[in-house]
Amino acid sequence: MKPLSKLYIFLVFLILYIPILVLILFSFNSTGNTGSMTGLSLYWYRELFSSPHTFNALKNTLILALSASVISTLVGTAAAVGIGKIKTGVIKNGILSVTNVPMMNPDIVTGISMMLLFVLVGTLLGAEEKLSFWTILIAHITFCLPYVILSVRPRVLGLNRSLSEAAMDLGCTPLKSFFRVELPAIMPGIASGFIMAFTLSLDDFVISYFTTGNDFQTLPLLIYSMTKKEVTPDIYALSSLMIGAVLILLILSNVVESKGKGKTENTPAKMAERNGLV
Amino acid sequence: MNKNKFLSGKVAAYPHVVWSVLFIVFPLIFVIYFAFTTPGGAFTLENIYALGDHKETFVLSVSLSLIATFFCFIVGYPLAYLLAQVEPKKQRILIMLLMLPMWTNLLIRTYSMMALMDDAGIINSLLKALNLGTVRMIGTKAAVVFGMAYDFFPYMVLPIFTSISKIDKRVIEAAADLGSNPLRVMTKVVLPLSASGIISGITMVFVPSISTFYISQKLGGGTFDLLGDAIERQFQNVNTYNVGAAISLVMMILVLTSLWVMNRFTDSEEREVRE
Amino acid sequence: MKKIIELRHVSKAFDGEGVLNDLNLDIFDQQFITLLGPSGCGKTTTLRLIGGFEKPDEGEIYFDGEKINDMPPYQRHINTVFQKYALFPHLNVFENVAFSLRLQKKSNIEIAARVKEMLELVALKGFERKNVTFLSGGQQQRVAIARALISHPKVLLLDEPLGALDLKLRKDMQNELKKIQKQTGITFIYVTHDQEEALCMSDVVVVMADGKIQQIGSPTDIYNEPKNAFVADFIGESNILDGVMESDLRVSFSGRTFTCVDKGFAPLEAVDVVVRPEDVDVVSQEEGMLTGVVTSVTFKGVHYEIIVDIGGFKWMIQTTDYVGVDEKIGLFIEPDAIHIMQKSEYSGKYGDYSSFSDELDELSDASAVEE
Repeated sequence: MKPLSKLYIFLVFLILYIPILVLILFSFNSTGNTGSMTGLSLYWYRELFSSPHTFNALKNTLILALSASVISTLVGTAAAVGIGKIKTGVIKNGILSVTNVPMMNPDIVTGISMMLLFVLVGTLLGAEEKLSFWTILIAHITFCLPYVILSVRPRVLGLNRSLSEAAMDLGCTPLKSFFRVELPAIMPGIASGFIMAFTLSLDDFVISYFTTGNDFQTLPLLIYSMTKKEVTPDIYALSSLMIGAVLILLILSNVVESKGKGKTENTPAKMAERNGLV
Repeated sequence: MNKNKFLSGKVAAYPHVVWSVLFIVFPLIFVIYFAFTTPGGAFTLENIYALGDHKETFVLSVSLSLIATFFCFIVGYPLAYLLAQVEPKKQRILIMLLMLPMWTNLLIRTYSMMALMDDAGIINSLLKALNLGTVRMIGTKAAVVFGMAYDFFPYMVLPIFTSISKIDKRVIEAAADLGSNPLRVMTKVVLPLSASGIISGITMVFVPSISTFYISQKLGGGTFDLLGDAIERQFQNVNTYNVGAAISLVMMILVLTSLWVMNRFTDSEEREVRE
Repeated sequence: MKKIIELRHVSKAFDGEGVLNDLNLDIFDQQFITLLGPSGCGKTTTLRLIGGFEKPDEGEIYFDGEKINDMPPYQRHINTVFQKYALFPHLNVFENVAFSLRLQKKSNIEIAARVKEMLELVALKGFERKNVTFLSGGQQQRVAIARALISHPKVLLLDEPLGALDLKLRKDMQNELKKIQKQTGITFIYVTHDQEEALCMSDVVVVMADGKIQQIGSPTDIYNEPKNAFVADFIGESNILDGVMESDLRVSFSGRTFTCVDKGFAPLEAVDVVVRPEDVDVVSQEEGMLTGVVTSVTFKGVHYEIIVDIGGFKWMIQTTDYVGVDEKIGLFIEPDAIHIMQKSEYSGKYGDYSSFSDELDELSDASAVEE
């Protein structure tokens, strides 16, 4: 590779990372000065953790992400398997197209469309608070589903039909064959679908913004409300922590997905392809 | 054997089908319903006429998003091309490095830009320290475009990188062997063969750019509205839901048709290459 | 001998396309029986019907006298060795082989003992903990056989089990499969399109084409006494000529009358005459019963394969003596080298070497190199 090419790659990555690095650096600033470093300290982290809002939002975010990813993984995996059994092409394509709508649509449209539904149904039911934990949970499950299906379906399609036939041949009922043979074979897809759903839910701001109740605040929503005011380094601290968490998830998901596959199969191109969908 | 199929049958897809109808199809029907009704529920075309008031917002949104998308492509394509040439070990690390910002929360990414460009931010502090005076960046359209480009840049690079990596090296060698110079190899072979990656890169930058409201709020300093801001504002108040729904409907149609057209385009492109 | 499987008037269609047509077949206990035919002949479908993976549209299937049309695969005392092995990738060799015993909730001690026994039978001792995806094709094949045999099925179905192996390994596995079948006394129903494989392993060969059984018999019967032009052509090489039965033991073809060993045909009945390439002697023109011009000669190692034009019909002849192209030669045919068959729907479709494929092969090879 020519030095010029190397320089180009270096420069682009530098520009990409300068804001993030600056953010992390300033989260350790000893004063509230956002323009220059005045000394290293953990003051803003202490400040952050002394606030009950942070813990509450963190707890909410994790509960939400976990419930949404578990439910969407269950429903999505079953769907990926079930869709494979549908013979009629029109119905199959119809389901897949509808499934993909939240993935294609701008988040804001998905968000407001669900909000309209919740508000309308809430009004019909005479509910005082129309939006709540349950509405944001439903919204998160909905936008996680296509990603789970997207990650499980290739595994289902790649399933060798003779595997389940072999299992039945050796004495498995169809149900046993599913749990003993097919499920383990599609497991890597399920695991990466789960991690993807978890990350997306953790990360989502726009759809959450429109579908959550007043009493349920997640971390992205907390950041949003914090940034409505002045720039303060405790947001830097929170952001740095979240970047760290994402880094760990990212490494984890690629380790999980590459498991069970040959080394050659987990090329950077494949990696990019999988993650490029997010 | 056809009974008792449970998880191994198509019944397994039913919960998802029901879910999709309830929470994907119904909400979209409501968007359409709200777009054509008054707050009282009567049919009206008022909301659609009201879109005329947002004409400037539409134009501004589309043009800023297009500029950001173009900028991402110009910087991103060469990067994707070069990344595809890097040896696998380093490539793996570089791709990870590219994905980390992508997986980082959008608010944080935007906020980090703000930390740089704020009136009291790092750039201005540096300029002041060098006695160069300060520059107001927040509140300009350039800042918003730069924010969009920065936030969604990885979405452009990754799909292009994937499609370039998939090109059979022998095809490029064959083109060179048949007398193409590097420029022609690039324009006649690499570019057409990575068309699908370019298309998905463009859509993955354009769609979130045109619908964002956070970037314009933070980096635009609230001095001008984009489509996302307009929608967000209408949904602050129950009485303006209908106008908001109308704007959303138009935006959705705009995005979905452009996606559809783009997909048609890549499909035929790929078929041509294969034949 | 006891009948173990009977197929009665079995028909099967996929998407309206008939694959099996009124098939009748008896399979006897402890036999090694091979279903042989070109792809699309219905042999794999027949196997899948016996295994329970498909249900017949019409007709009955009996196992040990009991009708099993609707019995699912997991209740049948039949196990299968699948075409591409279908080993469970998430289980190691031991667990793959132990799979059916685990389902039967056998004790760990019994499982360990029986897996050990099976792995010894297929010569895979010491491979217990290996990951199946890292095994060679031959080793995977052995695991598949061990896995299918461990619960002592009455019948083992094998669907082109050696198709993915290279030639040398195939020969070894053929011998080994035959040995295992003898040792265990289990009925083997073997599907292949490779006639050589069928001939060297089987007790009984069932030749199939177009969803119908063309002939059932021992390998020597099938080779020496093919029933129709399809069987004659599919098994080995054959020159198949139009002939007329003059009387018992006398048949005329290629413009002259020969003495043969077949009788029982109607006088002047039109028949198909089969002459195997290796049964023709090349002699001088004067000594020949027929004379013709050599149009091509191919060296095959053990012999030369020559194409001879006799009155417009191209014969294939295998000979150890060299003859040159364009040479005029005579052919001598012993009476027992002539086999007479009744006319069938396959008459006239096979057995003429005028568009012999060696030349075509060379042509297509040459064009492949150019590309």
